[in-house]
Amino acid sequence: MNAVPLTHIILLSTALFFTGMYGLLTRRNMITMLMSVELILNSVNINFVAFNKYLYPKQLEGVFFTVFIIAIAAAEAAVAIAIIINLYRTHQSIDVEDASELKY
Amino acid sequence: MPHPLHTALVVLLPLAGFVLLGLFGKRFGSKAGLVGVLVLALTTIFASMTAGGYFFSNGTVSGVFRPLKDLSFTWLAFSPNIKIEIGTLLDPISAMMIVVVSFVSLMVHLFSLGYMKGEERLHAYYAYLSLFTFSMLGLVLSSNIFQIYMFWELVGVSSYLLIGFYFQKPSAVAAAKKAFIVTRFADLGFLIGILVLSYYAETLDFGTLIQRLTDTQSSYSVGITAGSFMGISALTWGLVLVFAGGAGKSAMFPLHIWLPDAMEGPTPVSALIHAATMVVAGVFLVARLFPLYAFNEVALKVVTMTGLISAMFAAVIACTQTDIKRVLAYSTMSQIGYMMFALGLGAKGEYGLGYTASLFHLFTHAFFKSLLFLGAGAIIHLVHSNDMKDMGGLRKFMPITHISFLVACLAIAGIPPFAGFFSKEEILSTAYHDSFIFYLLLLLTSGLTAFYMFRLYFSIFWRREAHLHGHHGEGTMTMKLPLIVLMLCAVLAGFVPFGHFVSYNGQPLEMHVDLLFSIAPVLIALAGIGLAGWLYKSENDRPHSLATAMGGFYQAAYRKFYIDELYLFVTKKILFNLVGRPAAWIDRHIVNGAMNGLASVTGSISSAIKGLQSGKLQQYILYFFAGIALLTLLLIYRFASMPV
Amino acid sequence: MNLSLLVILPLITTLLVLLARGGGQVKAIALTGATLQLLLALFLLYAFGKERSAGDHSAMLFQANYSWFAPLHIYFHTGVDGISVAMILLTAFVVLAGVLVSWDTSFQTKEFFFLLVFLSAGAYGFFISLDLFTLFFFLEVAVIPKFLLIGIWGSGKKEYSAMKLALMLMAGSALVFTGLAGIYFKAGGSAHSFDMMQLAGGLIPVKVQLFFFPFVFIGFGIFTALFPFHTWVPDGHSSAPTAASMFLAGISMKLGGYGCLRVATFLMPDAAQHYAPWIIALSTIAIIYGAFATMMQTDLKYINAYSSVSHCGFVLLGIGMLTRTSVTGAVMQMVSHGLMTALFFAAIGMLYSRTHTRMVAQLGGLLKIMPFISTIFILAGLCSLGLPGLSGFAAEMTVFAGAWQQPSTAYRFATILACASIVVTAVYILRATGQSVLGPVTDSHYEQLPDAKWNEKLAGILLMAGILAIGLAPFWLQQLVSPGAEQIIQQAVKSVTIK
Repeated sequence: MNAVPLTHIILLSTALFFTGMYGLLTRRNMITMLMSVELILNSVNINFVAFNKYLYPKQLEGVFFTVFIIAIAAAEAAVAIAIIINLYRTHQSIDVEDASELKY
Repeated sequence: MPHPLHTALVVLLPLAGFVLLGLFGKRFGSKAGLVGVLVLALTTIFASMTAGGYFFSNGTVSGVFRPLKDLSFTWLAFSPNIKIEIGTLLDPISAMMIVVVSFVSLMVHLFSLGYMKGEERLHAYYAYLSLFTFSMLGLVLSSNIFQIYMFWELVGVSSYLLIGFYFQKPSAVAAAKKAFIVTRFADLGFLIGILVLSYYAETLDFGTLIQRLTDTQSSYSVGITAGSFMGISALTWGLVLVFAGGAGKSAMFPLHIWLPDAMEGPTPVSALIHAATMVVAGVFLVARLFPLYAFNEVALKVVTMTGLISAMFAAVIACTQTDIKRVLAYSTMSQIGYMMFALGLGAKGEYGLGYTASLFHLFTHAFFKSLLFLGAGAIIHLVHSNDMKDMGGLRKFMPITHISFLVACLAIAGIPPFAGFFSKEEILSTAYHDSFIFYLLLLLTSGLTAFYMFRLYFSIFWRREAHLHGHHGEGTMTMKLPLIVLMLCAVLAGFVPFGHFVSYNGQPLEMHVDLLFSIAPVLIALAGIGLAGWLYKSENDRPHSLATAMGGFYQAAYRKFYIDELYLFVTKKILFNLVGRPAAWIDRHIVNGAMNGLASVTGSISSAIKGLQSGKLQQYILYFFAGIALLTLLLIYRFASMPV
Repeated sequence: MNLSLLVILPLITTLLVLLARGGGQVKAIALTGATLQLLLALFLLYAFGKERSAGDHSAMLFQANYSWFAPLHIYFHTGVDGISVAMILLTAFVVLAGVLVSWDTSFQTKEFFFLLVFLSAGAYGFFISLDLFTLFFFLEVAVIPKFLLIGIWGSGKKEYSAMKLALMLMAGSALVFTGLAGIYFKAGGSAHSFDMMQLAGGLIPVKVQLFFFPFVFIGFGIFTALFPFHTWVPDGHSSAPTAASMFLAGISMKLGGYGCLRVATFLMPDAAQHYAPWIIALSTIAIIYGAFATMMQTDLKYINAYSSVSHCGFVLLGIGMLTRTSVTGAVMQMVSHGLMTALFFAAIGMLYSRTHTRMVAQLGGLLKIMPFISTIFILAGLCSLGLPGLSGFAAEMTVFAGAWQQPSTAYRFATILACASIVVTAVYILRATGQSVLGPVTDSHYEQLPDAKWNEKLAGILLMAGILAIGLAPFWLQQLVSPGAEQIIQQAVKSVTIK
């Protein structure tokens, strides 16, 4: 079997990470930002799984970490959406620029 | 047989009087004066008993007076050797002084009964007088140089309180302040002098101090002679500094400026403090340490010259003043100058004649000078003015005052057989034995003395016919009695065989009056009196034209040779403007400014960097990732070679 | 005697103050508490004297040691020597007088007295601590209430002053803590000890001493108005309410002096020797410069505040001279100045509450209208200018006599300058009294003003009694303090003989 080399997978995850990064830094919409964060998390997941497979094929720690991250991402999304809803209630907007009360 | 306790009672009784009057004075009301007089009468009795006992029974050992030290307890120990031991020291001079002080004080207490009648704060007045008497008696009986310094400060403060007794008069408050500060300045010298002497002698006790430093073999004496600063030996420094303290209290040139102003106080106070007792404390101090001074040529020279300059300087000024109390103040300064002068020459000549002469003059001067002041008090009481222009022809209104004043003037002028003649004679004789120039200068001064005293006398009692309406008479019996008693003293004090009691070495000294020697001083005194009579006995314009003829010199003397202005310039212009004001300014603007500046720098740094906390989430993310990227790069390139 | 009582008693008082209802109850509890403090302090003096005369000559008496935080070797170690006893007595006097003069406080009474008594707990804890950490803890306890006392009950630009004071004192604390941490970690061996009695045995290497001494000394020096870190003094005092001024000058500045002595000099004798010229130079500057700056002040509180700078200079001078006599004098001066300045501030407060001005030029002739207040004002002034019979004289003379024992010419020169300041002191004290309580009455409406009330009289008499007790018979204080000073000096002398 002609295995897919590790480099390919890392390239994929890197692309995914920077896509997420780009979205996180440029979008003003909080939902989009949240989605971007998910992309970043997933790029990490891919890395974990890939390295686990290639470096320590007999072990499962990487995979477990991935499961953890997915669970945490779900919880985080729930919390984040709750925050966004509350923000929308107070500011009538989910634009991140409008929520700058935490400045000096 | 005097008991040590009697000596202590001499000091403690006035203290009790002060506490009693100070705390409960208001209850006594107008009786406060009587309480004061009573306490002082008791004090005087104890003082006389103590002194009598000392001079006639227990003071001598085979004809030589020896010091008696009693009741010493450690008040404060600086180190095992250097400690303040409060105690009493009886020797001829202190025995003589307690009698003089308590007696004059009693007279002043008595006189004040009439003079201060109706004063609202009478109890405070008598309390202060008691405080003063306590301090002065404590001063003369001190057995320890630091103890004398303490009482020295206490007489200073009681003098402050009494000068400023009429505290609602700004001039009185200012004069009190001036007196205190000038003497304080002098006391600084005294304090440092004490520190110098005690450092080398390793003791504060008078007896031990003198014994250790005069014994040339001892290590103490070697140390203090070898120790030097700016080429002058430590002993000289110590003695001159101690003398500076004495000069301040005794109003010697150039520290005399407080004395004329001190006349703002009630006149009986001037009689007690600024004529008879406190101002001679400087003379007493030098006499107390005399064996040490006798050991040091330079210090003695300083004492002599200061005395001589003060005597002449004050006499010249006294001739021009018109405020009668100021004339008396300058005459006091002049007479104390005589005493200092004689003391400075005390180690020379025959058997330390100067020493005895000086203290003899102190003794007689106390009587006639307090008499003069009390007389002046009676006059001021009648005329309600200090200025001799408002007086004249008073002899008919106050016969007793007139006679006693005349006696006192004759005494101070040195006319035989009054007290001043004898003591001044001894001083002149001391001067004659030392240097003819000194003798001539003093002779001239004694002529001036006679002149200004009789200028005063004629201006007050003669000059013109007085028209006093509705005056209240010469004063109460309590005012006349002290005048009469003191007048008797001024007549008789000269006949006391003073040399038998007080001398340099404790052995009786025979003093004799040489008739031939007396001719010149008496003649010059008579000339002074004659001149004063010619100018002032009746109203004429001779004094005026004489003053105009003298021109600038008269003006300078009238303005007290501008010494006050000089001091004012130094204090106001230099100390206040050039030291005080800049110090305050620097503190507010530079030191405080530096602290505030530190705070504002912190503030501005914080406001400069607070922009980073923009509240923009995406900026934070960017910083965050930039940070991670930096750290990663650092990790890779800087620490890559390190083993993980 | 259990020394912790000294801390517990004020804490119980504060608790009761919090539980009390109404201003009257609060004041009664505070007064009772303060009186008990004084009685306790007097009992301590008695017990201490008894113990000493029974032949117990150990360095610290009544020691007790409780583990506080074992992993870091922090102990609640308490004990007193004569110096501490003197300072505790001073604190008790000032606290009672402070409570008495604050009797008329009507705004936020409960909080005011709470803070006042709480502050005293800090001061007592500080003076009995033998453990550096505990000592530092109590130092901080004593700082914070001052900020509130000035900020809330103060006058004038009170926020500015409160802030300045708190910041400068905190900076001092920070320096002190740096020094303490340095001692803790760098003292010889791996002991890591905060215990002073252990550290005092030459455990700290000279290099460490030289490095950390300035931290500790300057840190404590800020508390006691070390030049040029004294600028909180005038502002802080002038804005503080009367009782806070009394505490500030009477107790708080003494915390610094005590710290300089007990922590800096006692633990680091070599460094103390090494830095002595600096200490002497700075304190001489403070003495002279403080005195001249005082001369130009026009506000009574500023006058007293600047004169405190000058007088606390004597404390530091005494410490810097490092002779047994001078250190004894420094402690005596602390006690004397504490009482005197508290009395002065009390008198100023009384005058101010009646005339509503503190400007010297606007006052005048008050001796006739308010004889009691004016008399204590004058007496405080006379004590300040060193009149024999009042405490200032004995203290200052002991400092001078001790300083003169140092034979170096430069030190002599510093001593002479310090002596000269007593003349300047006379100038400004007499100026202030001459214009404010003597002279003609400047304002006719002053004529109707009442003299001191019972509480004010009591406060005045109390402080006056302390001043007279030292002034008339200084030997007891000197004998109380001297062995403690001896102990501190022995360290320093030992370090010289080694060199």
